[in-house]
Amino acid sequence: MTETIQREVDAVPAAQEPVPPGGRRRHVPRRPLKSLAKHLVLIVTGAVMIYPLLWMVVSSLRPDDLIFSQPGLWLSDVDLSHYPDGWNALTHPFGRYMLNSAIVVLGSVLGTLVSCSMAAYAFARMRFSAKTLLFAIMLITIMLPGHVTLVPQYVLFSQLGMVNTFWPLVGPNMLATDSFFIFLMVQFIRGLPKELDEAARIDGAGHARIFLRIILPLMTPALATTAIFTFIGTWNQFFSALIYLTDTDMMTVPVALRLFVDSQGESNWGSMFAMSIVSLLPVFFVFLFGQRFLIRGIATTGIK
Amino acid sequence: MSAITELSKLKGGRRPLDPRERKAARRDNKAALVFLLPWLLGLVVITAGPMIASFYLSFTDYNLLEDPNWVGLENYLRMLTDDRLHQSLRVTLTYVVVGVPLQLVVALFIAVVLNRGMRGLSFYRSVFYLPSLLGGSVAIAILWRQIFGTTGLVNQVLGLLGIEGMGWISSPDTALGTIILLHVWTFGSPMIIFLAGLRQIPTMYYEAAAVDGATKAKQFWRITMPMLTPIIFFNIVLQTIGAFQSFTQAFIISGGIGGPSDSTLFYTMYLYNTGFKDFEMGYASAMAWLLVLIVGALTAVNFIASKYWVYYDD
Repeated sequence: MTETIQREVDAVPAAQEPVPPGGRRRHVPRRPLKSLAKHLVLIVTGAVMIYPLLWMVVSSLRPDDLIFSQPGLWLSDVDLSHYPDGWNALTHPFGRYMLNSAIVVLGSVLGTLVSCSMAAYAFARMRFSAKTLLFAIMLITIMLPGHVTLVPQYVLFSQLGMVNTFWPLVGPNMLATDSFFIFLMVQFIRGLPKELDEAARIDGAGHARIFLRIILPLMTPALATTAIFTFIGTWNQFFSALIYLTDTDMMTVPVALRLFVDSQGESNWGSMFAMSIVSLLPVFFVFLFGQRFLIRGIATTGIK
Repeated sequence: MSAITELSKLKGGRRPLDPRERKAARRDNKAALVFLLPWLLGLVVITAGPMIASFYLSFTDYNLLEDPNWVGLENYLRMLTDDRLHQSLRVTLTYVVVGVPLQLVVALFIAVVLNRGMRGLSFYRSVFYLPSLLGGSVAIAILWRQIFGTTGLVNQVLGLLGIEGMGWISSPDTALGTIILLHVWTFGSPMIIFLAGLRQIPTMYYEAAAVDGATKAKQFWRITMPMLTPIIFFNIVLQTIGAFQSFTQAFIISGGIGGPSDSTLFYTMYLYNTGFKDFEMGYASAMAWLLVLIVGALTAVNFIASKYWVYYDD
């Protein structure tokens, strides 16, 4: 939902950086004063933005009473107890919720990759009846608010006995309902030279073989972008988890954190911070290792 | 934008095929069906079927336990007098109308400052981008709940400056503001798109303008802004659709009730409470359809308005 759109915004390409005529960009500022002012603006903005995150990390290592009185980042005595306290604060150790989340994420990522790449290949490279209509429907579903299907979906999944299973969260991804990724992959496949397919066809390859042997290996950048965004989106997914996962055995990290807030109220910030940080770590690592790729590789759909 | 332009391109009639293409134009419906099967199944079972069902349910008193009874337009008429619904629309509209432009202005400003050969560009870009990856999480909402709380970080900092703080989240005047601020905090992703857009503006435009003696400010308003309008438009459309459906942050920050005094009662939160707390599934379905109508109408307005201010180079 919100995450979907956010990702959609993210997934617009940062385009390959064109090197300006005359070689590389010049880094030597002509007017040092103006450049200094620019850096000042950026550093101040960046510091204000990142400060709360750093403060949360430092606060999670402080005794509780200091969280209410220490706006600074200086850590006088380190108190590690919030981490084991938070880890064991709920019915199950926090690792259980991480494991549940990991299962949902893995299923969603794999499901999205397989189902969306298949659909994308069909839209980009095959001829079939009602293609234009189906393609238009696919594009419209990208923009459709998810809430409109919420109630009947819930009825459907509860009739199937799937409430408090991972199916309502993973199943739709296996059926390519995140159609934005179909579109992203269609755009990518369209950019691949058709001669490759034609050569393979002359050699007697069918669609299955062309897809598996030629297109799929060439579209790894689009697959990686999809995987990363699905990973982050699913890891943060709250709304459907809130509706479908009410049993503490099945809770994913976001709903477990919410339970934590509800049960601890305004006390125990240290432990809540500690588990919040633990819950953000996977996203942070994806950002660290995938970000160059994210920002550059995001670039398949084209600004034009 | 691409998805949007793609959609408008489809309106054009079918292009006649040249002979070479016609030879290859054999349709392979069977193979295509195999490739499209998961998506088609999802379309029918997860999207279209439930859409039709929810349309039907919106005319019933369905409550999950008993069979739905047809009540005609009752749910829709109830909306006219439902004060909490009106409040939730006010809250959501305020969030969209204030938050979306504010976030985009910050994103554009930082992108322009960052653009054109800046030392440390990629470092700054990472710093600004990180929050937009984290911002959708429950963890950040928890952090927000603390820093804008009565004893939170903001009041501690204000205290150092000798200013008496307040309960930013417990006061109905400022609670929504803190959530809007969280939205602005995630300006990183539109910033990345603006940066990409800025790079696509040919430098010769600026060179020509400089030769003609145009000031930097004039260059910005006469070259940069017009060239960016398609991207700004794209961002407005998508951010509006997304912001209208936001849920997690307000839910966590307000403890699931949209308080204080319904000042953070987002539309989707009211929908959730109606459907999944009070089990008024019929009414919740009607609310979902109202959401589709509103989002659709806003998108249409955006498109119509775009004719007057969006500039396409080609």
